[in-house]
Amino acid sequence: MGGWAIAVHGGAGVDPNLPPHRQEEAKKLLTRCLNLGISALRSNHSAIDVVEQVVSELETDPLFNSGRGSALAANGTVEMEASIMDGNGRRCGAVSGLTTVKNPVSLARLVMDKSPHSYLAFSGAEDFARQQNEYFITEENVGMLKLAKEANTIVFDYRIPAVGSDTCSAVAESPFQMNGLPISVYAPETVGCVVVDSQGRCAAATSTGGLMNKMNGRIGDSPLIGAGTYACNLCGVSCTGEGEAIIRGTLAREVAAVMEYKGLGLQEAVDFVIKERLDEGFAGLIAVSNKGDVACGFNTTGMFRGCATEDGFME
Amino acid sequence: MGWAIALHGGAGDIPVSLAAERRKPREAALRHCLKVGVNALKAQKSPLDVVELVVRELENNPHYNAGRGSVLTREGTIEMEASIMDGNTKRCGAVSGLTTVVNPISLARLVMEKTPHIYLAFDGAERFAREQGIETVDSSHFITQENIERLKQAKEANRVQIDYTPPIQKDEKKETPTANGDSQLGTVGCVAVDSHGNLASATSTGGLVNKMVGRIGDTPIIGAGTYANNLCAVSATGKGEAIMRGTVARDVAALMEFKGLSLKEAAAYVVEECVPRGNVGLVAVSAKGEVTMAYNTTGMFRACATEDGHSEIAIWPSVQN
Repeated sequence: MGGWAIAVHGGAGVDPNLPPHRQEEAKKLLTRCLNLGISALRSNHSAIDVVEQVVSELETDPLFNSGRGSALAANGTVEMEASIMDGNGRRCGAVSGLTTVKNPVSLARLVMDKSPHSYLAFSGAEDFARQQNEYFITEENVGMLKLAKEANTIVFDYRIPAVGSDTCSAVAESPFQMNGLPISVYAPETVGCVVVDSQGRCAAATSTGGLMNKMNGRIGDSPLIGAGTYACNLCGVSCTGEGEAIIRGTLAREVAAVMEYKGLGLQEAVDFVIKERLDEGFAGLIAVSNKGDVACGFNTTGMFRGCATEDGFME
Repeated sequence: MGWAIALHGGAGDIPVSLAAERRKPREAALRHCLKVGVNALKAQKSPLDVVELVVRELENNPHYNAGRGSVLTREGTIEMEASIMDGNTKRCGAVSGLTTVVNPISLARLVMEKTPHIYLAFDGAERFAREQGIETVDSSHFITQENIERLKQAKEANRVQIDYTPPIQKDEKKETPTANGDSQLGTVGCVAVDSHGNLASATSTGGLVNKMVGRIGDTPIIGAGTYANNLCAVSATGKGEAIMRGTVARDVAALMEFKGLSLKEAAAYVVEECVPRGNVGLVAVSAKGEVTMAYNTTGMFRACATEDGHSEIAIWPSVQN
């Protein structure tokens, strides 16, 4: 008991048709980011700094659907969103509708630390980013094109090319559905990280580029405090999967609420929430408790994840 | 068991010395909206229809901070948001960043019913509104002179004002007609339950005076400003940032579910323990037909009624406390 713990995820709802080399790449990336977090924790960085750092790293790599690898919304632009929460004081920051910001999770942190608000979106968020730090903004045209190209590359690597069109063959090839959309739409996914540091402070952060071909302006669970992200003095939680199911189930808050109000332990709480709160929805989550426990749960076919604790446990 | 309804027009530091000419129209609006809601429940309309109807009325009223009468962003623009939730199915809809939609709550309902999503914002939401043919007008329709004044006051004081803040003038008794630092408006919301225990909640707002463009508050966040399940329906108002971190609406329901608290106890607990003083108010109804209106601010514009004949319209704490 006690001691730090960290968990990361790269999305739930893994397409079973995902080619093995992609799976390997995903595992490598998660391991690298996990190790990054572990070193930071060993150097006594605070939980909130660690989650930001780790998610930022995950965002920078185009493999997962966030930051650089973000999925394209219907009109061909990228709309990224993220949120971060510091269990110590329950301060939070969130952003949505970002198109040019390099690291959404870092902007979310700035919203939390440097603005009078908790949630900024679209042009307001982009303006705030500009005011804060030039570094954030990639060369608008070059950045966008690069993002589009890379996202396209990822799309056609292994996704059923029929996303958004020829649904018949899509369904035939990939019968797995989530929220009424073919599962290929969901892979690769949201990223997240939860940490409890050696002082028992918890933090959580989640970041995503959202669904492929989603309606412009659609906001999912990732930036919503209580849904995709939550942290309090008891635990830190980050979710992924069907945004709509996570929102209506207020999933991240739920884990904390059953711990707080029902006295369940971390794993029990996670199991309860996955089993009882998802109805027909599909999702997964990672969580840490202030006691140094780490847990994950999902009712999808798979979830890219990794975790480690101070006492040497690692997965 | 029977039907019950409660609605609010915002919680905050509403001065007890509030001038009659400011108080009366707001009370009249509460009375009118309560009547609309009660009649709808008596006519067997579903709680989801009822809450939407009542919030539409409040949005159309320029004395409240939602729809027409919304407060202004720091650029003097309108950005409205709203959310709605059906307790039975836990289906929900939310919108943010609206500038031309006459009734944001109705757009939120359309998001819930006509899209595979829950939450649409800004340009995407506006585009959806046009596709759906919902009523839109030029943004100037929502702007009132009072709010232009409020923004001016806030900028001069260099503050972002919560729903209700103390007047800038030292002499609280002197109320000038328009120039008053006190943002005497608030988010609006309504919760309802029918005699079968079906629950629904709806909340709508123009946000904070002088807020940053793009700032989203608690109102469109399911679990923060709005929540409904098969136990209760909750709509919150106050300082958005505090309500969000306190997941206020969800917590009332969670306390009932996980700790077995009654509706009244749960609501009291949340406003007293989960959010700093002066920051929150809420209205809630339970599946059993109970109603509660709790707040930790000076006052909250509110009204409620239950089938057994009880009804109440108030701003400040009632005397029997």
